[in-house]
Amino acid sequence: MNEKKMRTLSAERRHKKIMTVVMAIVCILWVMPVIMVVLNSFKFNTFVKTDTFALPTGEMWAGVQNFVKGMTFGNYPFWKSALYSVMITLLSTALILLCCSMAGWFIARVNSIFCKILYFLCVFSMVVPFQMVMFTLSKTADTLRLNTPWTIPIVYLGFGAGLAIFMFVGFAKSIPLEIEEAAAIDGCGPLRTFFQIVVPMLRPTMISVGILEIMWVWNDYLLPYLVLDINEYRTIPIHIQYLKGSYGTVDLGATMALILLAIIPVIVFYLACQKYIIKGVAAGAVKG
Amino acid sequence: MSKPKKKTGMSSLERTTRRWWPLFLGPVTAAFIIGFVWPFIQGIYLSFCKFKTTSDAQFIGLGNYVNAFQDASFRHAFWFTALFAIVSLVIINVLAFLIAYLLTQGIRGSNLFRTVFFAPNLIGGIVLGYIWSMIFDGILSRFGTSILLNTRLGFWGLIILVCWQQIGYMMIIYIAGLQNVPGDMLEAAKIDGASKLQTLFKVTIPNVMPSITICMFLSLTNGFKLFDQNLALTAGQPIAIQAGGVSVKTTEMLALNIYNTFYNSNAAAQGTAQAKAVVFFVLVAALGLMQLAFTRSKEVQQ
Repeated sequence: MNEKKMRTLSAERRHKKIMTVVMAIVCILWVMPVIMVVLNSFKFNTFVKTDTFALPTGEMWAGVQNFVKGMTFGNYPFWKSALYSVMITLLSTALILLCCSMAGWFIARVNSIFCKILYFLCVFSMVVPFQMVMFTLSKTADTLRLNTPWTIPIVYLGFGAGLAIFMFVGFAKSIPLEIEEAAAIDGCGPLRTFFQIVVPMLRPTMISVGILEIMWVWNDYLLPYLVLDINEYRTIPIHIQYLKGSYGTVDLGATMALILLAIIPVIVFYLACQKYIIKGVAAGAVKG
Repeated sequence: MSKPKKKTGMSSLERTTRRWWPLFLGPVTAAFIIGFVWPFIQGIYLSFCKFKTTSDAQFIGLGNYVNAFQDASFRHAFWFTALFAIVSLVIINVLAFLIAYLLTQGIRGSNLFRTVFFAPNLIGGIVLGYIWSMIFDGILSRFGTSILLNTRLGFWGLIILVCWQQIGYMMIIYIAGLQNVPGDMLEAAKIDGASKLQTLFKVTIPNVMPSITICMFLSLTNGFKLFDQNLALTAGQPIAIQAGGVSVKTTEMLALNIYNTFYNSNAAAQGTAQAKAVVFFVLVAALGLMQLAFTRSKEVQQ
Protein backbone atom coordinates (compact mmCIF):
# COMPACT_ATOMS: atom_id res chain seq x y z
CA MET A 1 0.00 0.00 0.00
CA ASN A 2 1.44 3.34 -0.94
CA GLU A 3 1.62 6.34 1.34
CA LYS A 4 -1.11 8.32 -0.37
CA LYS A 5 -3.60 5.52 -0.06
CA MET A 6 -2.74 5.07 3.61
CA ARG A 7 -3.35 8.75 4.18
CA THR A 8 -6.80 8.67 2.57
CA LEU A 9 -7.67 5.60 4.62
CA SER A 10 -6.78 7.21 7.92
CA ALA A 11 -8.54 10.39 6.85
CA GLU A 12 -11.61 8.34 6.16
CA ARG A 13 -11.39 6.72 9.57
CA ARG A 14 -11.10 10.11 11.22
CA HIS A 15 -14.03 11.29 9.18
CA LYS A 16 -16.14 8.41 10.42
CA LYS A 17 -15.21 9.12 14.02
CA ILE A 18 -16.31 12.73 13.64
CA MET A 19 -19.59 11.55 12.13
CA THR A 20 -20.19 9.26 15.10
CA VAL A 21 -19.68 12.15 17.50
CA VAL A 22 -21.97 14.45 15.50
CA MET A 23 -24.67 11.79 15.33
CA ALA A 24 -24.37 11.11 19.04
CA ILE A 25 -24.95 14.80 19.78
CA VAL A 26 -27.95 14.92 17.45
CA CYS A 27 -29.33 11.80 19.14
CA ILE A 28 -29.03 13.38 22.58
CA LEU A 29 -30.97 16.38 21.26
CA TRP A 30 -33.46 13.95 19.75
CA VAL A 31 -34.35 12.34 23.08
CA MET A 32 -34.44 15.72 24.87
CA PRO A 33 -38.23 16.08 24.67
CA VAL A 34 -38.66 12.77 26.49
CA ILE A 35 -36.05 13.76 29.06
CA MET A 36 -37.95 17.02 29.58
CA VAL A 37 -41.08 15.00 30.33
CA VAL A 38 -39.18 12.98 32.93
CA LEU A 39 -37.69 16.10 34.55
CA ASN A 40 -40.95 18.00 34.63
CA SER A 41 -42.95 15.11 35.98
CA PHE A 42 -41.03 15.59 39.24
CA LYS A 43 -41.60 19.36 39.47
CA PHE A 44 -44.33 21.27 41.21
CA ASN A 45 -46.89 22.74 38.84
CA THR A 46 -45.74 26.36 39.02
CA PHE A 47 -42.19 25.52 38.01
CA VAL A 48 -43.07 23.57 34.88
CA LYS A 49 -43.76 26.76 32.99
CA THR A 50 -41.13 29.03 34.53
CA ASP A 51 -38.22 26.60 34.82
CA THR A 52 -39.03 24.07 32.11
CA PHE A 53 -35.42 23.21 31.34
CA ALA A 54 -34.06 23.13 34.87
CA LEU A 55 -33.37 20.02 36.90
CA PRO A 56 -36.08 19.38 39.50
CA THR A 57 -33.97 20.35 42.51
CA GLY A 58 -34.62 22.18 45.77
CA GLU A 59 -38.07 23.68 46.12
CA MET A 60 -39.05 22.47 42.65
CA TRP A 61 -38.78 18.80 43.62
CA ALA A 62 -42.22 17.28 43.99
CA GLY A 63 -41.18 13.67 44.43
CA VAL A 64 -43.88 11.20 43.52
CA GLN A 65 -46.63 13.62 44.43
CA ASN A 66 -47.43 14.37 40.79
CA PHE A 67 -47.81 10.67 40.07
CA VAL A 68 -50.11 10.14 43.04
CA LYS A 69 -52.17 13.17 42.05
CA GLY A 70 -52.22 12.20 38.40
CA MET A 71 -53.64 8.79 39.17
CA THR A 72 -57.02 10.24 40.13
CA PHE A 73 -56.91 13.28 37.88
CA GLY A 74 -60.11 14.54 36.28
CA ASN A 75 -62.36 12.29 38.37
CA TYR A 76 -61.23 9.28 36.40
CA PRO A 77 -58.60 6.83 37.60
CA PHE A 78 -55.66 6.61 35.25
CA TRP A 79 -55.26 2.87 35.70
CA LYS A 80 -58.73 2.39 34.30
CA SER A 81 -57.88 4.21 31.08
CA ALA A 82 -54.64 2.23 30.85
CA LEU A 83 -56.59 -0.98 31.30
CA TYR A 84 -59.08 -0.04 28.58
CA SER A 85 -56.24 0.96 26.27
CA VAL A 86 -54.50 -2.38 26.73
CA MET A 87 -57.72 -4.31 26.38
CA ILE A 88 -58.93 -2.53 23.24
CA THR A 89 -55.50 -2.74 21.62
CA LEU A 90 -55.05 -6.45 22.28
CA LEU A 91 -58.59 -7.48 21.38
CA SER A 92 -58.63 -5.41 18.19
CA THR A 93 -55.23 -6.64 17.05
CA ALA A 94 -56.12 -10.27 17.76
CA LEU A 95 -59.42 -9.95 15.92
CA ILE A 96 -57.83 -8.21 12.94
CA LEU A 97 -55.05 -10.81 12.72
CA LEU A 98 -57.43 -13.74 12.89
CA CYS A 99 -60.14 -12.51 10.54
CA CYS A 100 -57.92 -10.72 8.03
CA SER A 101 -55.41 -13.55 7.68
CA MET A 102 -58.28 -15.95 6.95
CA ALA A 103 -59.87 -13.55 4.48
CA GLY A 104 -56.52 -12.66 2.90
CA TRP A 105 -55.57 -16.28 2.28
CA PHE A 106 -59.04 -17.06 0.95
CA ILE A 107 -58.94 -14.12 -1.47
CA ALA A 108 -55.51 -15.21 -2.67
CA ARG A 109 -56.73 -18.76 -3.33
CA VAL A 110 -60.27 -18.41 -4.58
CA ASN A 111 -60.87 -16.62 -7.82
CA SER A 112 -64.42 -15.28 -7.56
CA ILE A 113 -66.10 -11.97 -8.34
CA PHE A 114 -66.97 -11.45 -4.69
CA CYS A 115 -63.32 -11.86 -3.66
CA LYS A 116 -62.25 -9.38 -6.28
CA ILE A 117 -64.81 -6.80 -5.17
CA LEU A 118 -63.86 -7.24 -1.53
CA TYR A 119 -60.17 -6.89 -2.32
CA PHE A 120 -60.76 -3.80 -4.42
CA LEU A 121 -62.83 -2.20 -1.64
CA CYS A 122 -60.08 -2.98 0.86
CA VAL A 123 -57.45 -1.26 -1.23
CA PHE A 124 -59.85 1.62 -1.78
CA SER A 125 -60.49 1.98 1.94
CA MET A 126 -56.79 2.61 2.53
CA VAL A 127 -56.97 6.02 0.84
CA VAL A 128 -60.12 7.15 2.66
CA PRO A 129 -59.37 9.52 5.55
CA PHE A 130 -61.19 8.90 8.81
CA GLN A 131 -62.94 12.29 8.72
CA MET A 132 -64.89 11.10 5.69
CA VAL A 133 -66.72 8.44 7.69
CA MET A 134 -66.36 9.64 11.28
CA PHE A 135 -69.86 11.03 11.71
CA THR A 136 -71.72 8.18 10.05
CA LEU A 137 -69.43 5.51 11.52
CA SER A 138 -69.94 6.71 15.08
CA LYS A 139 -73.71 6.83 14.53
CA THR A 140 -73.71 3.31 13.03
CA ALA A 141 -71.61 2.02 15.91
CA ASP A 142 -74.04 3.62 18.35
CA THR A 143 -77.07 2.10 16.68
CA LEU A 144 -75.50 -1.35 16.68
CA ARG A 145 -74.38 -0.96 20.31
CA LEU A 146 -70.73 -1.30 19.39
CA ASN A 147 -69.87 1.52 21.79
CA THR A 148 -68.18 -0.50 24.54
CA PRO A 149 -64.53 -1.55 24.89
CA TRP A 150 -65.60 -5.15 24.29
CA THR A 151 -67.27 -4.43 20.98
CA ILE A 152 -65.15 -1.59 19.57
CA PRO A 153 -62.70 -4.17 18.16
CA ILE A 154 -65.38 -4.93 15.56
CA VAL A 155 -65.27 -1.28 14.45
CA TYR A 156 -61.49 -1.47 14.29
CA LEU A 157 -61.72 -4.67 12.26
CA GLY A 158 -64.05 -2.93 9.83
CA PHE A 159 -62.12 0.29 9.44
CA GLY A 160 -58.66 -1.30 9.65
CA ALA A 161 -59.27 -4.35 7.48
CA GLY A 162 -57.91 -2.71 4.32
CA LEU A 163 -54.20 -2.64 5.04
CA ALA A 164 -54.23 -6.00 6.84
CA ILE A 165 -56.01 -7.82 4.01
CA PHE A 166 -53.80 -6.11 1.44
CA MET A 167 -50.68 -7.35 3.20
CA PHE A 168 -52.01 -10.87 3.80
CA VAL A 169 -53.17 -11.32 0.21
CA GLY A 170 -49.77 -10.14 -1.04
CA PHE A 171 -47.94 -12.65 1.10
CA ALA A 172 -50.34 -15.56 0.65
CA LYS A 173 -49.93 -15.31 -3.12
CA SER A 174 -46.20 -15.93 -2.73
CA ILE A 175 -46.73 -19.20 -0.83
CA PRO A 176 -46.41 -22.16 -3.20
CA LEU A 177 -49.72 -23.88 -3.81
CA GLU A 178 -48.11 -27.35 -3.88
CA ILE A 179 -47.90 -27.60 -0.09
CA GLU A 180 -51.62 -27.04 0.27
CA GLU A 181 -52.36 -29.42 -2.58
CA ALA A 182 -50.33 -32.11 -0.83
CA ALA A 183 -52.27 -31.47 2.37
CA ALA A 184 -55.56 -31.74 0.48
CA ILE A 185 -54.49 -35.08 -1.00
CA ASP A 186 -53.71 -36.28 2.51
CA GLY A 187 -57.32 -35.47 3.39
CA CYS A 188 -56.83 -32.13 5.08
CA GLY A 189 -59.84 -29.79 4.87
CA PRO A 190 -59.47 -26.07 4.13
CA LEU A 191 -59.88 -25.05 7.77
CA ARG A 192 -57.19 -27.42 8.99
CA THR A 193 -54.95 -26.54 6.05
CA PHE A 194 -55.24 -22.91 6.94
CA PHE A 195 -54.52 -23.20 10.65
CA GLN A 196 -51.89 -25.94 10.56
CA ILE A 197 -50.08 -25.20 7.33
CA VAL A 198 -50.72 -21.66 6.18
CA VAL A 199 -50.67 -19.84 9.54
CA PRO A 200 -47.13 -20.94 10.44
CA MET A 201 -45.94 -19.71 7.05
CA LEU A 202 -47.81 -16.41 7.49
CA ARG A 203 -45.99 -15.73 10.78
CA PRO A 204 -43.70 -12.92 9.53
CA THR A 205 -46.65 -11.09 7.97
CA MET A 206 -48.68 -11.69 11.13
CA ILE A 207 -45.97 -9.99 13.17
CA SER A 208 -45.72 -7.04 10.77
CA VAL A 209 -49.48 -6.53 10.62
CA GLY A 210 -49.78 -7.03 14.38
CA ILE A 211 -47.16 -4.37 15.09
CA LEU A 212 -48.80 -1.88 12.74
CA GLU A 213 -52.24 -2.47 14.25
CA ILE A 214 -50.94 -2.22 17.82
CA MET A 215 -49.24 1.09 17.05
CA TRP A 216 -52.37 2.40 15.37
CA VAL A 217 -54.98 1.32 17.93
CA TRP A 218 -52.89 2.21 20.98
CA ASN A 219 -52.34 5.78 19.81
CA ASP A 220 -55.71 6.30 18.14
CA TYR A 221 -57.69 9.14 19.63
CA LEU A 222 -60.60 10.17 17.45
CA LEU A 223 -62.24 6.81 16.70
CA PRO A 224 -62.61 5.65 20.32
CA TYR A 225 -63.45 9.20 21.40
CA LEU A 226 -66.40 9.31 19.01
CA VAL A 227 -67.51 5.71 19.42
CA LEU A 228 -67.15 5.08 23.16
CA ASP A 229 -69.19 6.64 25.93
CA ILE A 230 -66.32 8.69 27.34
CA ASN A 231 -67.82 9.26 30.77
CA GLU A 232 -67.62 5.54 31.25
CA TYR A 233 -64.73 4.39 29.08
CA ARG A 234 -61.57 6.34 28.28
CA THR A 235 -58.39 5.19 26.64
CA ILE A 236 -55.09 6.88 27.53
CA PRO A 237 -55.14 9.39 24.64
CA ILE A 238 -58.76 10.29 25.43
CA HIS A 239 -57.93 10.69 29.10
CA ILE A 240 -54.98 12.98 28.43
CA GLN A 241 -56.85 15.07 25.88
CA TYR A 242 -59.83 15.33 28.22
CA LEU A 243 -57.64 16.64 31.04
CA LYS A 244 -55.85 19.21 28.95
CA GLY A 245 -58.78 20.18 26.79
CA SER A 246 -61.42 20.74 29.42
CA TYR A 247 -59.44 22.26 32.28
CA GLY A 248 -57.86 25.59 31.39
CA THR A 249 -55.46 25.62 34.34
CA VAL A 250 -54.54 22.00 34.64
CA ASP A 251 -51.71 20.83 36.92
CA LEU A 252 -48.86 20.60 34.42
CA GLY A 253 -46.59 18.59 36.73
CA ALA A 254 -49.22 15.93 37.18
CA THR A 255 -49.99 15.94 33.44
CA MET A 256 -46.33 15.31 32.69
CA ALA A 257 -46.37 12.48 35.22
CA LEU A 258 -49.30 10.92 33.36
CA ILE A 259 -47.62 11.42 30.00
CA LEU A 260 -44.54 9.69 31.37
CA LEU A 261 -46.68 6.79 32.58
CA ALA A 262 -48.32 6.68 29.15
CA ILE A 263 -45.06 6.45 27.21
CA ILE A 264 -43.22 4.01 29.47
CA PRO A 265 -45.13 0.98 28.11
CA VAL A 266 -44.50 2.23 24.58
CA ILE A 267 -40.76 2.49 25.21
CA VAL A 268 -40.66 -0.98 26.80
CA PHE A 269 -42.60 -2.42 23.87
CA TYR A 270 -40.25 -0.69 21.44
CA LEU A 271 -37.08 -1.93 23.10
CA ALA A 272 -38.45 -5.46 23.33
CA CYS A 273 -39.68 -5.78 19.74
CA GLN A 274 -37.50 -3.23 17.99
CA LYS A 275 -36.41 -5.57 15.22
CA TYR A 276 -39.97 -6.53 14.33
CA ILE A 277 -41.26 -2.99 14.61
CA ILE A 278 -38.76 -1.63 12.13
CA LYS A 279 -39.42 -4.52 9.76
CA GLY A 280 -43.17 -4.09 10.09
CA VAL A 281 -42.94 -0.39 9.35
CA ALA A 282 -40.86 -0.99 6.25
CA ALA A 283 -43.36 -3.63 5.09
CA GLY A 284 -46.40 -1.46 5.73
CA ALA A 285 -44.98 1.65 4.08
CA VAL A 286 -47.65 1.47 1.39
CA LYS A 287 -50.08 3.24 3.64
CA GLY A 288 -49.91 6.67 5.25
CA MET B 1 -46.13 -11.52 -6.88
CA SER B 2 -46.72 -15.02 -8.16
CA LYS B 3 -47.54 -15.90 -11.70
CA PRO B 4 -51.24 -16.44 -12.33
CA LYS B 5 -52.07 -20.12 -12.64
CA LYS B 6 -53.45 -20.79 -16.08
CA LYS B 7 -55.55 -23.86 -15.66
CA THR B 8 -58.61 -25.02 -17.43
CA GLY B 9 -61.50 -24.34 -15.08
CA MET B 10 -61.16 -24.51 -11.36
CA SER B 11 -58.94 -26.90 -9.45
CA SER B 12 -60.69 -29.29 -7.09
CA LEU B 13 -58.81 -27.68 -4.23
CA GLU B 14 -60.26 -24.32 -5.08
CA ARG B 15 -63.71 -25.82 -5.37
CA THR B 16 -63.59 -27.31 -1.87
CA THR B 17 -62.08 -24.16 -0.41
CA ARG B 18 -64.74 -22.02 -2.03
CA ARG B 19 -67.49 -23.72 -0.06
CA TRP B 20 -65.98 -22.41 3.16
CA TRP B 21 -66.47 -18.75 2.31
CA PRO B 22 -68.92 -17.92 5.12
CA LEU B 23 -66.28 -18.80 7.65
CA PHE B 24 -63.30 -17.19 5.93
CA LEU B 25 -64.92 -14.08 4.53
CA GLY B 26 -68.05 -13.70 6.65
CA PRO B 27 -66.64 -11.90 9.72
CA VAL B 28 -64.47 -9.50 7.74
CA THR B 29 -67.24 -8.71 5.27
CA ALA B 30 -69.75 -7.99 8.03
CA ALA B 31 -67.33 -5.79 9.97
CA PHE B 32 -66.16 -4.10 6.80
CA ILE B 33 -69.72 -3.17 5.89
CA ILE B 34 -70.36 -1.80 9.38
CA GLY B 35 -67.02 -0.06 9.73
CA PHE B 36 -66.45 1.21 6.23
CA VAL B 37 -68.82 0.51 3.35
CA TRP B 38 -72.08 1.63 4.92
CA PRO B 39 -70.66 4.74 6.68
CA PHE B 40 -68.94 5.69 3.43
CA ILE B 41 -72.06 5.41 1.27
CA GLN B 42 -74.16 7.13 3.91
CA GLY B 43 -71.53 9.84 4.18
CA ILE B 44 -71.67 10.56 0.45
CA TYR B 45 -75.47 10.66 0.53
CA LEU B 46 -75.61 12.91 3.62
CA SER B 47 -73.30 15.43 2.00
CA PHE B 48 -76.27 16.29 -0.25
CA CYS B 49 -78.68 16.51 2.68
CA LYS B 50 -79.71 18.81 5.46
CA PHE B 51 -79.58 16.86 8.73
CA LYS B 52 -78.89 16.90 12.42
CA THR B 53 -78.74 13.18 12.99
CA THR B 54 -78.52 10.46 10.39
CA SER B 55 -82.24 9.74 10.58
CA ASP B 56 -83.71 13.17 9.75
CA ALA B 57 -81.89 13.75 6.45
CA GLN B 58 -83.57 15.88 3.79
CA PHE B 59 -82.13 15.95 0.29
CA ILE B 60 -81.09 19.49 -0.67
CA GLY B 61 -78.67 18.99 -3.57
CA LEU B 62 -75.39 20.83 -3.77
CA GLY B 63 -76.15 23.44 -1.11
CA ASN B 64 -73.72 21.95 1.39
CA TYR B 65 -70.87 22.11 -1.09
CA VAL B 66 -71.63 25.75 -1.86
CA ASN B 67 -71.59 26.46 1.88
CA ALA B 68 -68.34 24.57 2.31
CA PHE B 69 -66.52 26.48 -0.39
CA GLN B 70 -67.92 29.79 0.81
CA ASP B 71 -66.72 29.12 4.34
CA ALA B 72 -63.69 31.35 4.96
CA SER B 73 -62.36 29.05 7.69
CA PHE B 74 -62.40 26.06 5.33
CA ARG B 75 -60.54 27.95 2.62
CA HIS B 76 -58.03 29.20 5.16
CA ALA B 77 -57.61 25.67 6.51
CA PHE B 78 -57.01 24.40 2.99
CA TRP B 79 -54.19 26.85 2.26
CA PHE B 80 -52.71 26.44 5.70
CA THR B 81 -52.76 22.65 5.32
CA ALA B 82 -51.34 22.72 1.79
CA LEU B 83 -48.49 24.99 2.85
CA PHE B 84 -47.89 22.86 5.91
CA ALA B 85 -47.87 19.63 3.88
CA ILE B 86 -45.36 20.98 1.36
CA VAL B 87 -43.00 22.53 3.90
CA SER B 88 -43.07 19.43 6.09
CA LEU B 89 -42.56 17.22 3.03
CA VAL B 90 -39.38 19.05 2.05
CA ILE B 91 -37.87 19.25 5.53
CA ILE B 92 -38.77 15.70 6.56
CA ASN B 93 -37.47 14.11 3.38
CA VAL B 94 -34.24 16.07 3.16
CA LEU B 95 -33.35 15.38 6.79
CA ALA B 96 -34.53 11.77 6.74
CA PHE B 97 -32.51 11.05 3.61
CA LEU B 98 -29.45 12.78 5.05
CA ILE B 99 -29.63 10.78 8.27
CA ALA B 100 -30.28 7.52 6.40
CA TYR B 101 -27.33 8.23 4.12
CA LEU B 102 -24.99 8.90 7.03
CA LEU B 103 -26.21 5.83 8.89
CA THR B 104 -25.45 3.56 5.92
CA GLN B 105 -21.84 4.71 5.64
CA GLY B 106 -20.70 2.15 8.17
CA ILE B 107 -20.16 4.54 11.06
CA ARG B 108 -19.99 3.19 14.56
CA GLY B 109 -23.26 3.06 16.52
CA SER B 110 -25.49 3.20 13.45
CA ASN B 111 -27.99 0.76 14.93
CA LEU B 112 -28.28 2.67 18.17
CA PHE B 113 -28.77 5.94 16.29
CA ARG B 114 -31.42 4.36 14.11
CA THR B 115 -33.27 3.14 17.22
CA VAL B 116 -33.21 6.61 18.74
CA PHE B 117 -34.34 8.43 15.61
CA PHE B 118 -37.27 6.12 15.06
CA ALA B 119 -38.49 6.14 18.67
CA PRO B 120 -40.74 9.27 18.57
CA ASN B 121 -42.84 7.59 15.90
CA LEU B 122 -44.34 5.30 18.51
CA ILE B 123 -45.71 8.09 20.63
CA GLY B 124 -49.27 9.02 19.75
CA GLY B 125 -50.26 12.39 18.32
CA ILE B 126 -52.11 13.64 21.39
CA VAL B 127 -49.25 12.86 23.76
CA LEU B 128 -46.73 14.32 21.30
CA GLY B 129 -48.74 17.52 21.12
CA TYR B 130 -48.66 18.00 24.88
CA ILE B 131 -44.98 17.16 25.20
CA TRP B 132 -44.12 19.85 22.66
CA SER B 133 -46.62 22.32 24.01
CA MET B 134 -44.77 22.11 27.35
CA ILE B 135 -41.42 22.67 25.61
CA PHE B 136 -42.63 25.55 23.44
CA ASP B 137 -44.31 27.16 26.45
CA GLY B 138 -41.08 26.90 28.38
CA ILE B 139 -39.15 28.68 25.63
CA LEU B 140 -41.75 31.21 24.49
CA SER B 141 -42.87 32.34 27.93
CA ARG B 142 -39.44 33.92 28.28
CA PHE B 143 -40.25 36.13 25.33
CA GLY B 144 -43.65 36.93 26.73
CA THR B 145 -45.55 35.03 24.06
CA SER B 146 -47.07 31.61 23.50
CA ILE B 147 -47.66 29.21 20.68
CA LEU B 148 -51.37 29.93 21.04
CA LEU B 149 -50.91 33.64 20.37
CA ASN B 150 -49.09 33.68 17.07
CA THR B 151 -50.03 31.91 13.84
CA ARG B 152 -46.48 31.79 12.57
CA LEU B 153 -45.22 30.23 15.79
CA GLY B 154 -48.06 27.73 15.63
CA PHE B 155 -47.14 26.78 12.09
CA TRP B 156 -43.47 26.22 12.83
CA GLY B 157 -44.32 24.51 16.09
CA LEU B 158 -46.40 21.98 14.17
CA ILE B 159 -43.59 21.57 11.64
CA ILE B 160 -41.03 20.85 14.37
CA LEU B 161 -43.42 18.38 15.97
CA VAL B 162 -44.12 16.36 12.82
CA CYS B 163 -40.46 16.41 11.86
CA TRP B 164 -39.55 14.93 15.21
CA GLN B 165 -42.24 12.31 14.79
CA GLN B 166 -41.79 11.35 11.15
CA ILE B 167 -38.13 11.76 10.26
CA GLY B 168 -37.36 8.42 11.91
CA TYR B 169 -40.13 6.69 9.98
CA MET B 170 -39.00 7.99 6.59
CA MET B 171 -35.40 7.25 7.57
CA ILE B 172 -36.29 3.56 7.96
CA ILE B 173 -37.71 3.48 4.43
CA TYR B 174 -34.68 5.31 3.05
CA ILE B 175 -32.27 2.99 4.83
CA ALA B 176 -34.04 -0.02 3.29
CA GLY B 177 -33.71 1.64 -0.12
CA LEU B 178 -30.07 2.57 0.35
CA GLN B 179 -29.17 -0.95 1.41
CA ASN B 180 -30.56 -2.20 -1.89
CA VAL B 181 -28.26 -0.07 -4.01
CA PRO B 182 -26.07 -2.62 -5.81
CA GLY B 183 -22.61 -2.67 -4.25
CA ASP B 184 -20.83 -3.31 -7.54
CA MET B 185 -22.33 -0.14 -9.01
CA LEU B 186 -20.86 1.91 -6.17
CA GLU B 187 -17.58 0.05 -6.57
CA ALA B 188 -17.53 0.77 -10.30
CA ALA B 189 -18.16 4.47 -9.68
CA LYS B 190 -15.28 4.54 -7.22
CA ILE B 191 -12.90 2.84 -9.64
CA ASP B 192 -13.91 5.27 -12.38
CA GLY B 193 -12.82 8.06 -10.06
CA ALA B 194 -16.22 9.54 -9.24
CA SER B 195 -16.26 11.84 -6.22
CA LYS B 196 -18.52 11.08 -3.25
CA LEU B 197 -20.97 13.76 -4.31
CA GLN B 198 -21.01 12.51 -7.90
CA THR B 199 -21.64 8.96 -6.70
CA LEU B 200 -24.48 10.20 -4.49
CA PHE B 201 -26.28 12.09 -7.25
CA LYS B 202 -25.48 9.86 -10.22
CA VAL B 203 -25.66 6.39 -8.67
CA THR B 204 -27.26 6.36 -5.23
CA ILE B 205 -30.22 8.72 -5.69
CA PRO B 206 -31.43 7.24 -9.02
CA ASN B 207 -31.35 3.82 -7.35
CA VAL B 208 -33.44 4.87 -4.36
CA MET B 209 -36.02 6.71 -6.44
CA PRO B 210 -38.80 4.24 -5.44
CA SER B 211 -38.17 4.97 -1.75
CA ILE B 212 -38.11 8.68 -2.45
CA THR B 213 -41.49 8.50 -4.22
CA ILE B 214 -43.04 6.52 -1.36
CA CYS B 215 -41.71 8.86 1.30
CA MET B 216 -42.73 12.01 -0.54
CA PHE B 217 -46.30 10.84 -0.91
CA LEU B 218 -46.43 9.49 2.63
CA SER B 219 -45.31 12.77 4.13
CA LEU B 220 -47.65 14.69 1.83
CA THR B 221 -50.74 12.66 2.77
CA ASN B 222 -49.68 12.60 6.43
CA GLY B 223 -49.45 16.37 6.29
CA PHE B 224 -52.91 16.67 4.80
CA LYS B 225 -54.45 14.24 7.28
CA LEU B 226 -52.82 15.65 10.42
CA PHE B 227 -55.34 15.84 13.23
CA ASP B 228 -54.27 14.70 16.72
CA GLN B 229 -51.12 16.80 16.79
CA ASN B 230 -53.01 19.84 15.56
CA LEU B 231 -55.69 19.40 18.19
CA ALA B 232 -53.25 18.89 21.03
CA LEU B 233 -50.65 21.53 20.16
CA THR B 234 -52.66 24.57 19.02
CA ALA B 235 -56.30 23.45 18.70
CA GLY B 236 -56.48 26.03 15.90
CA GLN B 237 -55.52 29.03 18.07
CA PRO B 238 -55.13 31.97 17.65
CA ILE B 239 -58.46 33.20 16.27
CA ALA B 240 -58.43 36.05 13.78
CA ILE B 241 -61.39 38.17 12.80
CA GLN B 242 -61.43 38.53 9.03
CA ALA B 243 -63.07 41.24 7.00
CA GLY B 244 -66.82 40.79 7.22
CA GLY B 245 -66.69 39.71 10.86
CA VAL B 246 -65.93 36.06 10.18
CA SER B 247 -63.71 34.56 12.86
CA VAL B 248 -61.15 32.07 11.62
CA LYS B 249 -58.98 29.75 13.66
CA THR B 250 -55.67 30.50 12.01
CA THR B 251 -53.76 27.28 12.73
CA GLU B 252 -56.70 24.99 12.11
CA MET B 253 -55.95 22.34 9.50
CA LEU B 254 -58.48 20.60 7.24
CA ALA B 255 -59.19 17.58 9.41
CA LEU B 256 -59.66 19.71 12.51
CA ASN B 257 -61.82 22.16 10.58
CA ILE B 258 -64.11 19.32 9.53
CA TYR B 259 -64.23 18.01 13.07
CA ASN B 260 -65.08 21.44 14.49
CA THR B 261 -67.77 22.00 11.88
CA PHE B 262 -69.36 18.69 12.87
CA TYR B 263 -69.16 18.90 16.62
CA ASN B 264 -68.29 22.41 17.77
CA SER B 265 -70.58 24.71 15.87
CA ASN B 266 -74.29 25.27 15.49
CA ALA B 267 -76.13 22.09 14.61
CA ALA B 268 -77.16 23.37 11.18
CA ALA B 269 -73.58 22.90 9.94
CA GLN B 270 -73.61 19.08 9.91
CA GLY B 271 -74.38 18.92 6.21
CA THR B 272 -71.64 21.43 5.42
CA ALA B 273 -69.24 19.41 7.53
CA GLN B 274 -70.04 16.22 5.64
CA ALA B 275 -69.59 18.04 2.32
CA LYS B 276 -66.20 19.28 3.53
CA ALA B 277 -65.35 15.71 4.49
CA VAL B 278 -66.16 14.51 0.97
CA VAL B 279 -63.98 17.25 -0.54
CA PHE B 280 -61.23 16.24 1.87
CA PHE B 281 -61.61 12.59 0.89
CA VAL B 282 -61.38 13.42 -2.83
CA LEU B 283 -58.23 15.42 -2.16
CA VAL B 284 -56.51 12.70 -0.10
CA ALA B 285 -57.66 9.90 -2.42
CA ALA B 286 -56.31 11.80 -5.44
CA LEU B 287 -52.93 12.00 -3.74
CA GLY B 288 -53.10 8.29 -2.96
CA LEU B 289 -53.97 7.37 -6.55
CA MET B 290 -51.19 9.60 -7.86
CA GLN B 291 -48.78 7.72 -5.63
CA LEU B 292 -50.04 4.41 -6.97
CA ALA B 293 -49.67 5.56 -10.57
CA PHE B 294 -46.18 6.89 -9.86
CA THR B 295 -44.91 3.73 -8.19
CA ARG B 296 -46.47 1.58 -10.90
CA SER B 297 -44.73 3.52 -13.68
CA LYS B 298 -41.43 3.22 -11.78
CA GLU B 299 -41.88 -0.54 -11.47
CA VAL B 300 -42.30 -0.86 -15.22
CA GLN B 301 -39.04 0.94 -15.87
CA GLN B 302 -37.00 -1.38 -13.69
